[in-house]
Amino acid sequence: METKQVVLAGIAMLAASAVAMAGPTPAGGTISGKVTYEGTPAKMKPIDMSKEPSCAKMYTTPQLNETVVTGPGNTLENVVVFISAGAPDDAAPSTAAVFNQKGCRYIPHVLAFQVNQELKIVNSDQTSHNIHPLPKLNREWNKSQPPGTPPISEKYDKAEIFPVKCNVHPWMHGNFAVLKNSHYAVTGDGGTFTLPNLPPGKYTVTAWHESYGDQSQEVTITGSETKPVNFVFKAKPY
Amino acid sequence: MRNTQFVRFCLFVASVLILPSVLPAQLNDQAPAAKPSKHMESHVGDLTGHSEAGAQLYYRYCWGCHGARGDGNGENAPYINPQPRNFVAAIFKCRSTPTGTLPLDSDLYNSLMRGFNFTNMPSWIALNAQDRANLVAFIKTFSARWVTEKPGDPIQIPAEPKLTVDSIKHGGELFQKLECWKCHGQEGRGDGPSASTLTDSNDQPIRPYNFTSDNRSKCGKTNQDLYRIFMTGLDGTPMPSFADVVKPGDAWDLVHYLRTLQYNNPSPELALWMSTPEGKAIVEAKKVENTNTGSGVQP
Repeated sequence: METKQVVLAGIAMLAASAVAMAGPTPAGGTISGKVTYEGTPAKMKPIDMSKEPSCAKMYTTPQLNETVVTGPGNTLENVVVFISAGAPDDAAPSTAAVFNQKGCRYIPHVLAFQVNQELKIVNSDQTSHNIHPLPKLNREWNKSQPPGTPPISEKYDKAEIFPVKCNVHPWMHGNFAVLKNSHYAVTGDGGTFTLPNLPPGKYTVTAWHESYGDQSQEVTITGSETKPVNFVFKAKPY
Repeated sequence: MRNTQFVRFCLFVASVLILPSVLPAQLNDQAPAAKPSKHMESHVGDLTGHSEAGAQLYYRYCWGCHGARGDGNGENAPYINPQPRNFVAAIFKCRSTPTGTLPLDSDLYNSLMRGFNFTNMPSWIALNAQDRANLVAFIKTFSARWVTEKPGDPIQIPAEPKLTVDSIKHGGELFQKLECWKCHGQEGRGDGPSASTLTDSNDQPIRPYNFTSDNRSKCGKTNQDLYRIFMTGLDGTPMPSFADVVKPGDAWDLVHYLRTLQYNNPSPELALWMSTPEGKAIVEAKKVENTNTGSGVQP
């Protein structure tokens, strides 16, 4: 009968709306794009590792300084792209972010992780390193890490992007990006990044490069679309 | 009539239930940055210092180097090396507390008492104990860290074990294994392979301690002071903390060995080392070379 059909329709609608509300946040939209530069970047200088023979012997050609790493098509590597406004803070994941000292280099050169997420620092070399991050908002500490000692476990409680260095090996430089939410990426050799799982809303996307500074753009996500966002940095010849 | 109304009611209820999931995401809360406190106390032994009383002393004796804002940018600062301590950043070298943590009030008090050898910071024994305690309290009004953090737990220093030749030799092995020589040099003269490239946390050039110079290292001249230096690290400098990688017993062996590097300073450790043929030969050879490359002045 008519009433029965209407009642069933009503119940179906209520059920549908309950399902829409009850589960985890739906997949949402994506912000993705590429980071490139214009102008001429400085030439990266080769590193002289002769003072550390145990690392120098691992390389057949000299390694280059990593303050500006570029790829074909003027793409820029090691750019941290993250949501700086518009998303709520996320709880830290339980997996650790790993920073490796290998061949007297930092791998990765830029490590992005979250506030209060465990940072695990590993020494894979035959030589001692000291790990000396240089934050201004977070606490500055400096620890020695001889070869064969267990990984160092630390965390940071404030969002900040800051350098890391080894005092014993002055060419070793890296960066930590401690971020508030889980929407971040670090560009690789294609210069591309993808920030998925963004609920509808108005966001500020920020791209940070250690030599060229940072830039932000406003992006609005309305559903599950993919919004293209590109960043172009001005390269400096020095 | 009744059916249509019922349908409309169902639609209305359904739409009301769906509504919350499309509200805009909340913007991040920006918590206001903590501010330093204008009223601080210090507790050093039986003394309690008050920052209000310390203020007058600071603006008479300290601000010429440390600056009116306590940030180390006083009028004299451009002419002195090393630079005066920046109390706003609140990162201190001489502490009993682990790396990355604030020092105890007594650490700051002792630094005031000793001064810093080979720098422009004099010893403030000219002031009385209460004045020094008041100054420690006032220093704490420059940084919000004293409001948001507590000082670290001071490290436990076990009683010094008996001094033996084996302890000294084992300390020597540790000096090699921990690669102290990379900065301090094989003879501790501050001329290791990495010494010339060292910079502090403000990117200012800095030299490692020269053990052959003077035993009054900046953080004190007792064996306990030496123990603390490498077990807490000198924050703000290239000198790291070895607390995670050196056991307390081994740490004492290293202290005994380091004393034998200070060949210009008579000590029980040096005397014992010189009484062995091996030690005597090493120390006499050093006296002939007499290079001066690290921090500190060669007598």
